[in-house]
Amino acid sequence: MSRDDIRRQIIGRGIPLPGNDIDTDRIMPARYLKSVTFEGLEAHVFEDDRRQAPDHPFNQAMYRGASILIVGGNFGSGSSREHAPEGLRRWGIRGLVGESFAEIFFGNCIALGLPCLTADPEGLGRLTDAVAHNPEQQILLDVEHRLVRVGERTIPAMIPEGARHQLITGTWNAVQVLLEAGEEINRVAKQLPYISGY
Amino acid sequence: MAETLLDKVWRAHTVRTLPSGQTQLFFGLHLIHEVTTPQAFQMLREAGLGVRFPERTFATIDHIVPTASQFRPFRDTLAEEMTVHLVRNCKEFGIPLFDLDSGRQGIVHVIGPELGLTQPGMTIACGDSHTSTHGALGALAFGIGTSQVRDVLATQCLAMAKPKLRQIRVEEVLRPGVYAKDMILAIIHRLGVKGGVGYAYEYAGSAVEAMSMEERLTICNMSIEGGARVGYVNPDATTFSYLKGRPFAPKGEAFDRAVMWWKSMATEPGATFDDVVPLDAGSIQPMVTWGINPGQSVGVGEPIPHPTEAPEAERASWAEALAFMALDSGRPIAGTPIDVAFIGSCTNARLSDLRAAAEVARGRKVAKGIRALVVPGSQEVARAAEGEGLHEIFLEAGFEWRKAGCSLCLGMNEDKLTGREICASSSNRNFKGRQGSPTGRTLLMSPAMVAAAAIAGAVTDVREWLR
Repeated sequence: MSRDDIRRQIIGRGIPLPGNDIDTDRIMPARYLKSVTFEGLEAHVFEDDRRQAPDHPFNQAMYRGASILIVGGNFGSGSSREHAPEGLRRWGIRGLVGESFAEIFFGNCIALGLPCLTADPEGLGRLTDAVAHNPEQQILLDVEHRLVRVGERTIPAMIPEGARHQLITGTWNAVQVLLEAGEEINRVAKQLPYISGY
Repeated sequence: MAETLLDKVWRAHTVRTLPSGQTQLFFGLHLIHEVTTPQAFQMLREAGLGVRFPERTFATIDHIVPTASQFRPFRDTLAEEMTVHLVRNCKEFGIPLFDLDSGRQGIVHVIGPELGLTQPGMTIACGDSHTSTHGALGALAFGIGTSQVRDVLATQCLAMAKPKLRQIRVEEVLRPGVYAKDMILAIIHRLGVKGGVGYAYEYAGSAVEAMSMEERLTICNMSIEGGARVGYVNPDATTFSYLKGRPFAPKGEAFDRAVMWWKSMATEPGATFDDVVPLDAGSIQPMVTWGINPGQSVGVGEPIPHPTEAPEAERASWAEALAFMALDSGRPIAGTPIDVAFIGSCTNARLSDLRAAAEVARGRKVAKGIRALVVPGSQEVARAAEGEGLHEIFLEAGFEWRKAGCSLCLGMNEDKLTGREICASSSNRNFKGRQGSPTGRTLLMSPAMVAAAAIAGAVTDVREWLR
C-alpha cells in the first residue's frame, strides 16, 4: 500500500480558527451546493465569513499553504453537506484538531481521509499559541499514537478506534470493506419482516 | 435484560462486526434528493458498481425546486441541471422518483412518513441532516454525507459505531399556544447544541405520548440541532393509526402482523439508558431564538439575554451572535420588528402546522411591508390544505401560497432573504447566512408564532391572540 493510501501521520503548518459551533453553512454557503460535482469548492470556503471579517484566518497570507486546521468546539454542526469538508480538503487542509466535532461532519471527513482529532482546551491553547508565535512551525498529527506534536511539546489527542483504524489501514472509503460481506447482506435483509413481507 | 428500541433495531440490522470494530449496519430505506447525490452516482460509475437495492431506494426533488412557478425547464439553469441529473440517475439505476408531476413530490422528510415508506423498526439513511425526523415513527434514521450515500447505494450498508442513548422524558402537558416546536427548542436550550453528540435521543413521557404523529415529527426533526444524529419515539397506537391506509404501509392482515412486530421493537419497561433528562412540559413558553444557533433562545415573555449571563465558555459566542443579530440585551424579544415571515420546512410544513398558522391568520391582515410565505411540505399537504380552504385564509390575509419545497429554510431556490432582512421562521436553523443572504437574520419559532409575527409586524406572544 502506498503512502497516499494511509493516514498514520499528517505533518504541516497550522491555521487556527477560533470559535465554537461553526456550522457547515458557514464553511460552505448553500449557493455553492448547486453543482453536480465538487469542483472549485476551494474558492468558496468560509466565503461569507471572510467577506465580513477581513482578518479571517483564511484571508491571511501567513496561513497560505497551511494544512492543519485548529478549531474549537462542535465544529461542522448542522447540515450534512460533504461540500464543507470537500471544500476544506481542496483548499489544502489535510487534518483537523479541535475541542469537538459534530457527528455527521466527522464521518464525512473520515470518508475523505481527513483525520479529526480532539484535544482538551488547554492543549489546543498551547497549539494555537505556538502557531501564533511562529506560523511556519510544523505540526504533527499522529493518528496512530493519538497525539499532536508541535516543537518540543506533545499534546494528547483522541480519535475513536473505528475511525483511527480506517485511517491507518487506508480503508476510509468503506465500499470495498462493506462489499466483502457479500451474501450476508442479503441474509440480513431477508430476515427483516418489512422486506420479506409481514 | 430489558432492551431499548435502539438495541433491538441495531441488532436486527447488524450484518457483521468490521475489522475496525465498527458495525456493518443494513439500511432498510434509503431516501435521496437532488443536492447530495449526483457526486455519489458518479463515484458508483467510476467504481463500476450498481445500486444494490433500488427497490429500497426512493427519490424526490425538494431543495432547489422553485415554489412560485414549477414549469420546466426551471429559469435557474443550475437547478435545472441538478434536476436533469437526478431524473437521469434514477432512470439509469431503476430508482422510483416522486417527481413534480407525480402528485407525491415534497420535502423528503415530509413525504417519507406521509407515504408510509417510513415505518417502525427500520433503519433509514438520507443525505440530509434532518433525516432524524423519521424517528418519530420508531425508526433509527441517520443523516449522512455524499460518500456514505455512495456506500448505501452500492451496499445498502454503512460502517457505524453504535451511539449511546439518552432518554428525554417530558411529563405533564403543553399549555395552550405552546407547540411541539417550542418543546424541542426548549430541549435544545436546556441541553445545548452539542449536548447530543455521540447520543441517540429517545423522547418519552406523558407529554410525548400524548402528541400526534406530526408533532412527534417536529420534535425528532430537530434532534440534530441538539447534536444528536438520531432521535426517536417508541411506536404506539398513534403510530399505527397514522400508518394505516398509507400507500406504502402494509395492507389487511399483513398490517395486523406488522403491528405485532412494530410493538415488539419498542423499548421495554425497565430498560436502562446512558442518561435520563426529565422535563416539565407545563413550564415551556412559546420560544424564540435571538442568536445564530438553535440553542440561543428565550421564552417570548423574556428579555434578550446579556453575554455576562452566559457560561464563561459561551460568552464570546453570545456576544458574536448578538452583534450579528443587532439585538439589544435586556430588551424584550417580543416587539422585535421583522421583515419576512416564513411558514414551511421539514420541521413545520405539515397540515397541522398550516392549520395552527391559519387559525391565527383567519380574518387578519399581514402588516404593511412584510413579505409572508406559506410553503407546504408536500403536494399532498398542499392538496389537503386547499381542501380545507386554508390557502384562502392565507391569501386573504396577505400571505403568498406557494408550491411544495424546502424554499426559504436554506435559500437554495429563488426564495431568499436580501441584505440584513430579519425573518420570523418556522424552520430549523438560524445560522448566519442560512436563509440565502450572508447577512440575513433568522428568528426561529412555531408556525402560529410566525403567523402572529407576520400580522403584528413584530415578534408577538401568540397566546394573546388565541381564545
